[in-house]
Amino acid sequence: MAHSRPATSSWWAGDGPVLTAPVVELVNVTRSFPGPPEVQALKSVNLRVERGDYLSIVGPSGSGKSTMLNLLGLLDRPSVGEYHLDGRDTSLLDEKQRAIVRGGTIGFVFQAFHLLPHRTVLDNVLLATLYSGVPRAEREDRARAALDRVKLNHRLDFLPGPLSGGERQRVAVARAVVASPELLLADEPTGNLDETTGGEVMDLFEELHADGLTLIVITHDQAVSDRAERRVRITDGRLSELS
Amino acid sequence: MTFSFKRMLRRRSRAAAVPETVSGDDLTASTELAPGAASIVPVIRRADRFSVQDLLVEASYGVGARPSRLIMTTLGTVLGIASLVVTIGFAQTAAGQISSQFDAVSATQVMIEPATTRNSSGAEQATSRLPWDAPERLDRLAGVERAGLVADIDVAGQLITSVPVNDPSAAQTLSPAVIATSPGLLAAVRGNIVTGRYFDAGHDERADRVVVLGARAAETLGINRVDSQPSIFIGDVPYTVIGIIDGVERRANLLDAVILPMGTARADFALTAPAELHVQIAVGAGTLVARQAPIALDPNAPENFTVQAPATASSLQDNIQADINVVFLTLGILALLAGGLGIANVTLLSVMERVGEIGLRRALGATKRDIARQFIVESAVIGLLGGLIGSALGVFAVVVVSLLQGWTPILDPVVAIGAALLGTVVGLAAGAYPAVRASNIEPITALRGGT
Repeated sequence: MAHSRPATSSWWAGDGPVLTAPVVELVNVTRSFPGPPEVQALKSVNLRVERGDYLSIVGPSGSGKSTMLNLLGLLDRPSVGEYHLDGRDTSLLDEKQRAIVRGGTIGFVFQAFHLLPHRTVLDNVLLATLYSGVPRAEREDRARAALDRVKLNHRLDFLPGPLSGGERQRVAVARAVVASPELLLADEPTGNLDETTGGEVMDLFEELHADGLTLIVITHDQAVSDRAERRVRITDGRLSELS
Repeated sequence: MTFSFKRMLRRRSRAAAVPETVSGDDLTASTELAPGAASIVPVIRRADRFSVQDLLVEASYGVGARPSRLIMTTLGTVLGIASLVVTIGFAQTAAGQISSQFDAVSATQVMIEPATTRNSSGAEQATSRLPWDAPERLDRLAGVERAGLVADIDVAGQLITSVPVNDPSAAQTLSPAVIATSPGLLAAVRGNIVTGRYFDAGHDERADRVVVLGARAAETLGINRVDSQPSIFIGDVPYTVIGIIDGVERRANLLDAVILPMGTARADFALTAPAELHVQIAVGAGTLVARQAPIALDPNAPENFTVQAPATASSLQDNIQADINVVFLTLGILALLAGGLGIANVTLLSVMERVGEIGLRRALGATKRDIARQFIVESAVIGLLGGLIGSALGVFAVVVVSLLQGWTPILDPVVAIGAALLGTVVGLAAGAYPAVRASNIEPITALRGGT
């Protein structure tokens, strides 16, 4: 306990991320779902993602990709093993702290975009600033900057409905980066897009990566996976480094 | 330790927190920022995390997203609140109608008499007597404005005439009654002087042979002015008429009477005790005076006086409200319950529809509590809307019906405001269960669901 307070409080404690620690470090992580029969979706996984890495996790459906995403995104807990995010042991956080850390540290991009249909593009991006603790005065400027970054500043007052799939996903990317996350997690980001627009989103990811953002893309698509500089294959709950 | 950490989380201020002390690595790194994140958008200091303002904004979007459904949702609450307001409004208006028919005099008059019992032969007998200084005793009480004593005098069949002539041929006339009062009585029963004056404490003390005539008695006796100091005779004793009074509302028989000072009556007619004490009170003081007056008159035996005091306005209204429209109130409450269930249903439906949104918010960092708060505020706002509309409709209905009937619409503003708030309470109660359901949605499953 004496150790845990400084360790966990530093998420919010004002001294910023630890540069030397990897952003993600999984140590012997197993995630099993109680049966019968008991299913081990991840089996003793070890993974290190350094700051600024661009990693793809590729695998067929049922291989444990979703479980991986949920664990990395603090949406789920490992049954066995440790998950260090930004150098801190996440097993010491309770549910509420995990939510707050999630909001402040991780940006999500989903296959299904998950934009709120009744809110404008700008509002959708602003949504991510509500829970991540961006000071009110900065929120709109940051949202505009993020939309600028994904080249959608001409669509600020549009509802998501009329936008194309590629544009919607770019809104989602803007929403994911607006609160300056340490890690961007993308779950099949091109799954609902055609090849061209999917390629645009991947270009955007590359630009973000070039700016230094740590990226993990989870996909079943080999082509998408191949654009990452580091690739990991997941098969039957086990990870193997490619390349 | 855990506690202080939570407090820190709540404040969400990075700047205020203690510096890292865990390891050397951390210390060296602490001032630098991640180059990656910083270059995309400037790095932030965490501050306002889902404040009340954010909560209200998000809830208002949720409420306003489907206007047509919102109308249907609020309808039950609107009807329930409106029928409650109408029922209470009509009860108050009707009570107002009734109390306005009681004249102002009766609401400000108290009469105190000695209590009576029946003795063994069946005759009524007073159990106590009013003290001669009763008006002075009561004047000191809060709420008492004026007090005066009255006693009927038995003149033992003596004639009351304005001329001492015994004319056997004259028709026998009914003599006016003779009444003794204290000097303050005229004001206490709200009489007014037609001419001359009323006797005062000096006449009373000296037992002067002066009288004041009631207007009709004066007419009977043929006296209409007092500047010539006319006299009347009771038997053959002359009394100087010093005034004529009129307008006595509370004790109209004074108009037919010859009125003497108490002291004169005691000296000439051996009056032993006053019969009644009339008190003029401030509006609304009836209950108070009724309780205190007997104690002031006789602290040892306050139960020996009978007090006739007006009921207070509120008890009058209570009585009327109690028996008005129990049916309507019941209907209102039923409608309100139905309204609450409607809100609960629609909120639950909207939780199910917005599973994706809930999952997204959780992924963006919303805690379970943030989600629950959002939905409960949404349904409270729906309830408040229903309450406001219903309350307004109810007030409008009361006013319109009163206008058509020529009544004075009376409605306690507290009822109107309270009804609107009641709608909020209904909304809160109805939102509790859906909010719990929403907060228990797993982000993982929700995000897989699409939308």
